Amino acid sequence: MTSLPEKTQKKLGLVIDLDTCVGCHACVISCKGWNTENYGAPLADLDAYGESPEGTFLNRVHSFEVVREEATPMVVHFPKSCLHCDDAPCVTVCPTGASYKRVEDGIVLVNESDCIGCGLCAWACPYGAREMDGAEKVMKKCTLCVDRIYNENLPEEDREPACVRTCPAGARHFGDLSDPDSDVSQLVAERGGIDLMPEQGTKPVNKYLPPRPRDALEVPDLKPLSAPKTPKTEQAKGFVGWLDRALEKL
Amino acid sequence: MHPAPSLILFTVLSGTGFGLLVWLGLGLRAPTGLAAFILFGLGYGLAGAGLIAAAFHLGHPERALKAFTQWRSSWLSREAVLAAATLAVMAPHAAGSVFAATPLPFFGWLGALLALVTIFATSMIYVQIKAVPRWHHWSTPPVFLLAGLAGGAALAGQAILALWLMLALAIAMVVHWMAGDGQFAQAGSTAGTATGLGDLGTVRLLEPPHSGQNYLLREMVHEVGRKHAYKLRLIALGAGAVLPALLLLLFPVGYLVIALALIAHIFGMLAQRWLFFAEAEHVVGLYYGKR
Repeated sequence: MTSLPEKTQKKLGLVIDLDTCVGCHACVISCKGWNTENYGAPLADLDAYGESPEGTFLNRVHSFEVVREEATPMVVHFPKSCLHCDDAPCVTVCPTGASYKRVEDGIVLVNESDCIGCGLCAWACPYGAREMDGAEKVMKKCTLCVDRIYNENLPEEDREPACVRTCPAGARHFGDLSDPDSDVSQLVAERGGIDLMPEQGTKPVNKYLPPRPRDALEVPDLKPLSAPKTPKTEQAKGFVGWLDRALEKL
Repeated sequence: MHPAPSLILFTVLSGTGFGLLVWLGLGLRAPTGLAAFILFGLGYGLAGAGLIAAAFHLGHPERALKAFTQWRSSWLSREAVLAAATLAVMAPHAAGSVFAATPLPFFGWLGALLALVTIFATSMIYVQIKAVPRWHHWSTPPVFLLAGLAGGAALAGQAILALWLMLALAIAMVVHWMAGDGQFAQAGSTAGTATGLGDLGTVRLLEPPHSGQNYLLREMVHEVGRKHAYKLRLIALGAGAVLPALLLLLFPVGYLVIALALIAHIFGMLAQRWLFFAEAEHVVGLYYGKR
């Protein structure tokens, strides 16, 4: 059933530190690697060696610039994957029952053999966390590496999502966000972790830690130096001048 | 949103088909014999053709039957169940009218009700998507319902009814556009809330996550289709509702007038449906510095 569970026993999820992320895209690559070689349909690449290559990814890193009134602009690298929402709109819209949220740990998954590839769940997600695979035509999404975190064939330190395991900056954390004493919950409390687009009412499990305040430097007023000088343009005469004016009016 | 031809055709054709079945079921026009065969054939044909067009939209049409299972939570599943139920319940009424000259009002009325709810379910597939604020509004279902009912009434040859419904449709479209234009701002999602960085300053995209295309951009960030939005609105309003209404009002009712009114109406509704998708902005565009 694609009804959401009333309550999940755990809320496994990620905490992503926007202060620490260096935007190296290593999580993007390790995610693509693990999820192509393991559970489910491989993540397709289309036209990989052609003019317009593209592919299916479960995790992508955007980079934003925050322009501030009284300080220099700030660059923030922003990894984005499924937030495993408590009130996941992608689950309830699914007509076949392929999309579901697990009661035991709150992970949102797709049963690929039930997916008809209608794409409605991707429409329902405000975050763009679901992508239809270009080759398999089934919906792909972050599984929170469900085939790693419980996998007893892996050494214990590897039993966390591939993106977390690989992050060289330690910007990604994995744990149970329903337990107030867990490392991730403490981190969220300490750093004021936030939800993305709370107004969409999805109640995301994943949290983002905002950048710490930067040191304020005494920056002299540079505005007069950077003000653009109005270039002198000579008014053309004759035919060229007429053409210029005529084109100007169009 | 990407205006997929399969979805545009599906919503317009099956909407009109189910609209016709509403009027045939209610017995406003109670044809028998050949006339019934043609009219019920049209209703079933349009509704069925729309459903087939929709199946082309699927990545795995061979699993389409699974879509009948989740009617408790999913409007898409409800639509599938209701559409099938309409066609099944209406069948005795249709067969009775065609082969025995005996309409069966019980099945007709029940089928009409189901057909109406089917069109409503189609519209709710879009209304439920909160991430597309333009759709997520009460003004969306009236457009779908009135479009189906007006086209269906014209097909059934009910000129006066069709005339009033066309006028109501015109109002519904205008209300939907006017309300829709403010919906994105109303929803309150911005690059600031999308990234959670809005309190620090003005957020703008510096580098997109990928240099090429992807599914999300193709499917949900479709800026090109909106270029001629204003003109398309005039076409949708003029051809889809006003012109058919004028034709039905000014000329004596005959096959030619009804055919012309219908052609204009369908053409206009295709334009309206194109815009319905092309103008709809998904909040995911905020992550790409687009709308």
